[in-house]
Amino acid sequence: MAWTMTAGDVENVARGAAVLGTGGGGDPYIGALLATRALQEHGEIPVVTLEELPEDALVLTVAMMGAPTVMVEKLPSLEEVIAPVRELGAYLSRPVTHIACAEIGGVNSTIPVAAAAALGLPLLDADGMGRAFPELQMVLPTLYGVTASPLAFGDEKGNVGVLQTVDNSWTERIARVACVEMGCSVMISGFRMTGSQARESLVEGSLSRCIAIGKEIVRARAAKSDPVAAAVELLGGRELFAGKVADVQRATTRGFARGQARIDGQDAVLMLSFQNEHLVAESDGRILATTPDLIIVLEHETGEPITTEGLRYGQRVRVVAAPSDERWHTSAALAMVGPGYFGYDHPSYRFDGSVEDLAEAIA
Amino acid sequence: MHIGIDVGGTNTDAVLMEGTRAIEGVKHSTTPDVTSGIVQAIEDLRARHPFQDTQIDAVMIGTTHFINALVQANRLAPTAALRLGLPATKALPPLVDWPEALSSAIQGRSYLAHGGYEFDGRPISPLDPEELRKHAADMKSNGIRSVAVSSVFSPVNHDLEVETGRILADELGPEVAISLSHEIGRIGLLERENATIINAALRELASEIVDGLTAAVRAEGISAPIFLSQNDGTLMDEDYVRLYPVATFASGPTNSMRGAAVTSGLATCAVVDIGGTTTDIGLLINGFPRETANEVKVAGIRTNFRMPDVLSIGIGGGSIVDPVSGEVGPESVGYRLTTEALVFGGSTLTATDIAVAAGRADIGDPSKVAHLDPDFIRRVLDRIAERISEAVDRMRTSPDPIPVVAVGGGSVLLPDRLPLFGTVHRPENYAVANAIGASIAQVGGEIDKVFAVEPGHREETLAQVRAEASDKAVAAGAKPSTVMIVDFDEVPLPYLPGNATRIRVKAVGDLDMGA
Repeated sequence: MAWTMTAGDVENVARGAAVLGTGGGGDPYIGALLATRALQEHGEIPVVTLEELPEDALVLTVAMMGAPTVMVEKLPSLEEVIAPVRELGAYLSRPVTHIACAEIGGVNSTIPVAAAAALGLPLLDADGMGRAFPELQMVLPTLYGVTASPLAFGDEKGNVGVLQTVDNSWTERIARVACVEMGCSVMISGFRMTGSQARESLVEGSLSRCIAIGKEIVRARAAKSDPVAAAVELLGGRELFAGKVADVQRATTRGFARGQARIDGQDAVLMLSFQNEHLVAESDGRILATTPDLIIVLEHETGEPITTEGLRYGQRVRVVAAPSDERWHTSAALAMVGPGYFGYDHPSYRFDGSVEDLAEAIA
Repeated sequence: MHIGIDVGGTNTDAVLMEGTRAIEGVKHSTTPDVTSGIVQAIEDLRARHPFQDTQIDAVMIGTTHFINALVQANRLAPTAALRLGLPATKALPPLVDWPEALSSAIQGRSYLAHGGYEFDGRPISPLDPEELRKHAADMKSNGIRSVAVSSVFSPVNHDLEVETGRILADELGPEVAISLSHEIGRIGLLERENATIINAALRELASEIVDGLTAAVRAEGISAPIFLSQNDGTLMDEDYVRLYPVATFASGPTNSMRGAAVTSGLATCAVVDIGGTTTDIGLLINGFPRETANEVKVAGIRTNFRMPDVLSIGIGGGSIVDPVSGEVGPESVGYRLTTEALVFGGSTLTATDIAVAAGRADIGDPSKVAHLDPDFIRRVLDRIAERISEAVDRMRTSPDPIPVVAVGGGSVLLPDRLPLFGTVHRPENYAVANAIGASIAQVGGEIDKVFAVEPGHREETLAQVRAEASDKAVAAGAKPSTVMIVDFDEVPLPYLPGNATRIRVKAVGDLDMGA
């Protein structure tokens, strides 16, 4: 059933998105502040379930493209998000009816909230991943033939472009160049979907899930029960490991923040490998879980999610694995977001430690 | 000789120093008017170790005045925040996330104007002097007495902030103070702008305080120059304090740490300062406190100026001990220790009672804690040691061993050896450690900017930044022959083209006391 999102929900959306974002998405501060302000200024927004979406809906995703460092300096004006959505509607000769999140994690889960408020459009209680991934095309709609193009992008000066490209990698290449020219922080809108395309390819209930997780962590903390256990329960996952962050190594290669973290436990060591998001968790040569399932690092006592950038020596943490959407476990999906794509020569491991059987995945 | 003075909320300490050696130290209650406490402290020093006024080369003062004024929302000037960046940044105007009580305490008014830069230094939009004059007129009619100017990417290029400062000064006259964000903070517009607004709100108070401190020292017949300590432990002269009071904010914990290190003869160590309510843990690397990498909230406001990274946990001499579980804190009897603790005839079991019962401290009446079970006492002290040692472990950045220095009235709670860290150092002179910390006569210069490093020109760029930082240290009063680069950091910014790199260099040298 449709519900209403108010400024008071933003904090829980941001906390829940930091959990589901599996370490990616960066510091959620600016995005959360932006969403809070937009809801205060433009009023609360209706959030619509996939079920309620009419067949003739025109759904667009909204996201920020560029450098997070730029966004903390050249703050958004919110006009840059309105123009590309309107322009894409004009290009398609149809009014845009709904806004959706491409991913859940960091600013890209709160910017669509601000955008929906500023545009006066309903937001879908759904997203394209059910988690976060580093590249534009890594969304479930890609597997259902939905393309990023036509993709509109805009800056705060009023410059807008609409790209009609032959495939997603061209979209990324051309948009990236424009993005740099426009100051390295632009808003993009694309992945247009009809009602049935959205129902088929998006992850249902993402925003409600974020809020539920965010609330549950705070509730468990206040009730002096274990917030990590409460989160694990809600995620339907398992706790992999508990220990102290003993070493973090990072390098920025090709624009992505890659790295490894070592966590020392009571009598074992856990290694986490990440590229913006956590990709592989292994202990003593044994792989415990990999992408596309969720690997989440939570503060030992408070259950507060810790991003890959926020990992530091000495933190007491607990590592949780949780299942990702079942559609991420087909062979086509694994080719796009599985360990192989990120350069690991092993198959994917589910959150429960089982090896993903590719033969079965194809069927 | 020189004099170090620390004006805390409770005590005013003073030391007479010869080089790095403390000749004499005194402790006094801080007086409401501050100056008479300082006058008294200097007179006491002179009584114990007579000196001629001309023998004093410098007076160094550490004060918590400015941070207290902010926390108490007291004596703040009516302040305007003007940001250059339109048409960008509109969704989050200045003062956006301030606690209501503080933004009304400064009668804060926020303005947006055209200007600002892209990440690579291209202008976002040209400055519009007419727009600035209109804003200035509005400030004037609303009784604004201090202005904070910020601009998008001013750490890359600050020309427009400077130009705007000039236009506003022309309109508002010399009695309105103007603070520019590139002189105060680093990358991160909201946080830098917040620090600048805080600085602006403190400018009037800064002049009053500096006048007061100067008058107190001069009244004692001392004509030597006066310096105040900054967040990083280096000194600034009185003119600089009038312009950048915000730079003194964290000098309290810094001076305490540096004082502890000097008196224990260590330059790299973890300092554990156990007070009445909390234990504050910080790290000194080569004599300077390790600073926070992230945003810090001051009085509920998010800022990013450099502050020593201090971890506080709720263990202190006044911490209440649960008589059943033996858990300590975070509740504390605080200043009521001398009436509420068992050893002072009260009825609350505190950490101090445990220390007395264990024979580690000799205060109050030990017979009042003689009934405590020795096993219970050991359990409580073991738990305190374990929690503090875990907190120190969190603070260090690597598993490398680091010596631990314990200071503060509550340091009797710590054993002589700490799990993970071994022997605990306890400096002798620590009662006046803050004043000793303030008296360490070093001045510095820091550059923290984003540079587009052209291929093949990295060394050249770095050398130029190093030279700039050294020049700044000399300009601040350092003896050129003693200037050293103490901190260097080079971070390529991800997702940005053109090798945009943030370079931070800090140069420090000994204060030129003309000796």
